[in-house]
Amino acid sequence: MTHHLSFRGVTVAAEPGQSVAAALIAAGITDWRTTGKGGRPRGLFCGIGVCFDCLITVDGIPDQRACLVAAADGMRLGDAEPGADVEPGADFEEAGRTGGEDVARA
Amino acid sequence: MSHVHDVAVVGAGPAGLAAAVEAAEAGLGVLLIDTAGQPGGQYWRHYDRIHARPEDRIGHHDWPVFTRLRTRLDELAAEGRIRYLPGHQVWLITRDAEGAFTLRVTAATSTSATAGRRSGDADPTTLAAHALILCAGGYDRQLPVPGWDLPGVLTAGGAQALLKGHRTPAGQRAVVAGTGPFLLPVATGLARAGVRVAAVIEANATVGWLRSPAGAVSAPGKGVEALRYAASMLRHRIPYRTRTVIREVLGDGRVEAVRVARVDGDGRPTGPDEEIAVDLVALGWGFTPSLELPLMLGAETAQDTDGSLVVAVDDSQRSSVDGLYVAGEATGVGGATLAVQEGRLSALAVAADRGHPADPARTRRLRAAVRRARRFAAAMHRTYPLPRAWPDWLTETTLVCRCEEVPYADLRRAHHDLGAEDARTLKMLARPGMGWCQGRVCGLATAGIAAWLGGRETGVDDLRPLATRSLAVPVPLGELAALAEETTPAEALDEGGRNGD
Amino acid sequence: MSVDLVVVGAGVVGAASAYFATLAGLRVVVVERGAIAGGTSSAGEGNVLVSDKEAGPELDLALYSQRIWREDLAEHGDLWEFESKGGLVVAASEQGVASLRALAVHQRRAGVEVRDVTRSELPDYEPHLAPQLAGGAFYPQDAQVQPMLVAAHLLRLARAGGAQVRTRTEVTGFLRAGDRVTGVRTSSGDITAGAVLNAAGTWAGGIADLAGVHVPVLPRRGFILVTQPLPARTIRHKVYAAEYVGDVASSDAALQTSPVVEGTAGGTVLIGASRERVGFDRSISVPAIGTLAAKAIALFPMLREVRAIRTYLGFRPYCPDHLPVIGADPRAPGLWHACGHEGAGIGLSAGTGKLISQALVGQRTDLDLTPFAPDRFPPAEEAPR
Repeated sequence: MTHHLSFRGVTVAAEPGQSVAAALIAAGITDWRTTGKGGRPRGLFCGIGVCFDCLITVDGIPDQRACLVAAADGMRLGDAEPGADVEPGADFEEAGRTGGEDVARA
Repeated sequence: MSHVHDVAVVGAGPAGLAAAVEAAEAGLGVLLIDTAGQPGGQYWRHYDRIHARPEDRIGHHDWPVFTRLRTRLDELAAEGRIRYLPGHQVWLITRDAEGAFTLRVTAATSTSATAGRRSGDADPTTLAAHALILCAGGYDRQLPVPGWDLPGVLTAGGAQALLKGHRTPAGQRAVVAGTGPFLLPVATGLARAGVRVAAVIEANATVGWLRSPAGAVSAPGKGVEALRYAASMLRHRIPYRTRTVIREVLGDGRVEAVRVARVDGDGRPTGPDEEIAVDLVALGWGFTPSLELPLMLGAETAQDTDGSLVVAVDDSQRSSVDGLYVAGEATGVGGATLAVQEGRLSALAVAADRGHPADPARTRRLRAAVRRARRFAAAMHRTYPLPRAWPDWLTETTLVCRCEEVPYADLRRAHHDLGAEDARTLKMLARPGMGWCQGRVCGLATAGIAAWLGGRETGVDDLRPLATRSLAVPVPLGELAALAEETTPAEALDEGGRNGD
Repeated sequence: MSVDLVVVGAGVVGAASAYFATLAGLRVVVVERGAIAGGTSSAGEGNVLVSDKEAGPELDLALYSQRIWREDLAEHGDLWEFESKGGLVVAASEQGVASLRALAVHQRRAGVEVRDVTRSELPDYEPHLAPQLAGGAFYPQDAQVQPMLVAAHLLRLARAGGAQVRTRTEVTGFLRAGDRVTGVRTSSGDITAGAVLNAAGTWAGGIADLAGVHVPVLPRRGFILVTQPLPARTIRHKVYAAEYVGDVASSDAALQTSPVVEGTAGGTVLIGASRERVGFDRSISVPAIGTLAAKAIALFPMLREVRAIRTYLGFRPYCPDHLPVIGADPRAPGLWHACGHEGAGIGLSAGTGKLISQALVGQRTDLDLTPFAPDRFPPAEEAPR
């Protein structure tokens, strides 16, 4: 049975036993996050859990290594904004606009 | 923690599997911890066993050795003589007053944590053992090159793992580049999977193991292996370009081509650049051992023939730390056959040291085999050295550290302007090795750059600061917190706790 | 060789002293046993704080240092990531808020800016703070630097002004003319000097011993946890619990931890601060880092799933009365000290360097150094345990 995962609104197929990274690459997707400083695209590099380049959000849990996580049917893969959705319901953009900087520097 | 195991084995690759099985058969209670979901390590990485197909084993060496070990692991685990904990990583090891080792572990992925809970076994966080055999293996050694962080550039082992472990070729048209014999199985494996391999780009002069008779003769079968690869390269029409390196990986958002050039014996370009269109680049410069756990425990190190930092061990795989044994790549990169022998030897030593003496003839035979394999490994290391002048390939903007996105210019400035003379100071001032991977990928390069800028050969003092990690792998703060006594927010922030004098 | 000043130690205090002494026209050599900024300067959070200090000489020095960071050194601030982020001290109970307010009264009188923060205002400062806190106080003057970059750049600027920096050079003894210190013996030769400044941080007691004088600097170990990189401004200020002030002032040998949480330019979040007197033991303490994590989560519940990627430890140079040692040593003329800043050495380094350079050239110092006098301690054998 083929699994179906979703990534940025695209359905990605995976054979049972494939990793999330393999499923994405097999679907022609070679990058799934951007770096914090340079905004560089990143995907798989070491493939064995050493380099942490392939971080991805899996079912809402951020910063999972795509090379180690086994693909499963119905999995939702999101951009790995590092730590971005660690607090359910928090909205960083909103907080950034209304928050402490103005207060701090007022 | 409830139970102190006789011995804990970390890593279920060739060395760890052999060590765990041997130790259990010698009568010891064994704990076996491994990052992966199934045994085999990098060398015997294979498709999920539940969904295996017969063809998955093609291209695997010594597969029967693995299946025999795996069968014994299954049996011994079923008998309760090995407690096998896959999908977990050790992040800290400490020792108590009696000398027992305490291992703190964390799930490798969120799904392995779930699996641990499902099995009914409470997800373990703290385990203990009287003795420790570390068999953490290794991974591809990397040298930075302009453009190496573009998607589509993988480590050679990564391309191989994707193929063997997940039946997925990482591209359609590839070059496999770097140095060493491992480039050949990666190239032929990709070709077998239908990838057009445009070239193997080898920095050194030759398929050296045929030219290194001492080594080849002392490792029976290796010469035959080399010939088999040569034939396979020929069959798939893969050009083998020696004394050649990738000067730059080109592409906009992903790999589109590489620029390659001929080099002299030190790795300095001698010929004009040539462009090869590819969508996959697999890079490997030999292997680097994972040393964070033995270094955490204070084990003495040495520099191996290939320049890598390794743990110094005696002829029974005992490290300088009492009760700590190390086997496999961490004591010197040498491949699976050597790792299996070292794993067995280390288990026999633990058993002997804990009152279960082994058959002396068997120990002698294993030691002789290890010596022979070490000689062969050393010959290989000498044949495929890192090009001495590799830092010359770097431009000011070449990223040395992929995690922290540190360009070579920052390292040069830290050295020239700020007085960072040693690797540690270079790391602290320019931040290579300070990101997610904690220097696993850029550690060798940063150590090499520190030495290069300082005008010296890379030595142990350059390598050690980049191989040492205070936490062996990242660990959720919630798991760390659980190690402290339960603390409520009110208690944690209780300003009544102002315990001044 | 012969110079005006030998600075022993290339940490942040030695670097600041060398920088200001060079500016003041002295010929300076810095000698360092290891690498630049390799000791306690490499193991801190880079605090430039006024908030954690009760009124007194240390607060006066902190306020003076504020001026040096923001005026004398302002043009170099970007080099060492000077960030005037402000500090937020929070309390869990009304009683805690009351003691924060009481502390603020004295601090304001000394010249510290403090804003009272009510419970409902806390989220405006830090949206991820635990909701059940009772209130806090905001200190806009609190700032952060990258301490190794401070030391390295100050040494670079000093070198540009003619100073020399000799690493891997260990002081093995002093040159004397009677009581007077006339230079140092080092592992790579003698250096004669008009003055020798002991800026050896946690190891300054040993240097003083070589000169036959007692300066009781002791190590007080601290751990810091470093998280994975988080999005910019996840944690905006230096945030800590009110108990931190009490722990800083304590002399207890047992483990104390008070949560101190802040973001960095690199995106990682630093979590401190533990304090224990265990000598120079470099082993990782599970109770220490576990408690730090637990208390940080109590402040910021969102940190529970965030991963720690490393931890580091350092040894604060701690004197029994929690004040640094700054000035000339009358027991050994020619010997000066700038050491013992405990956990505040990064922030206090700027002021210390400037004051010591003023004293060295015989100027009247901007701040009275009497409270920091090197001979204020009882002799070694009578020192309290």
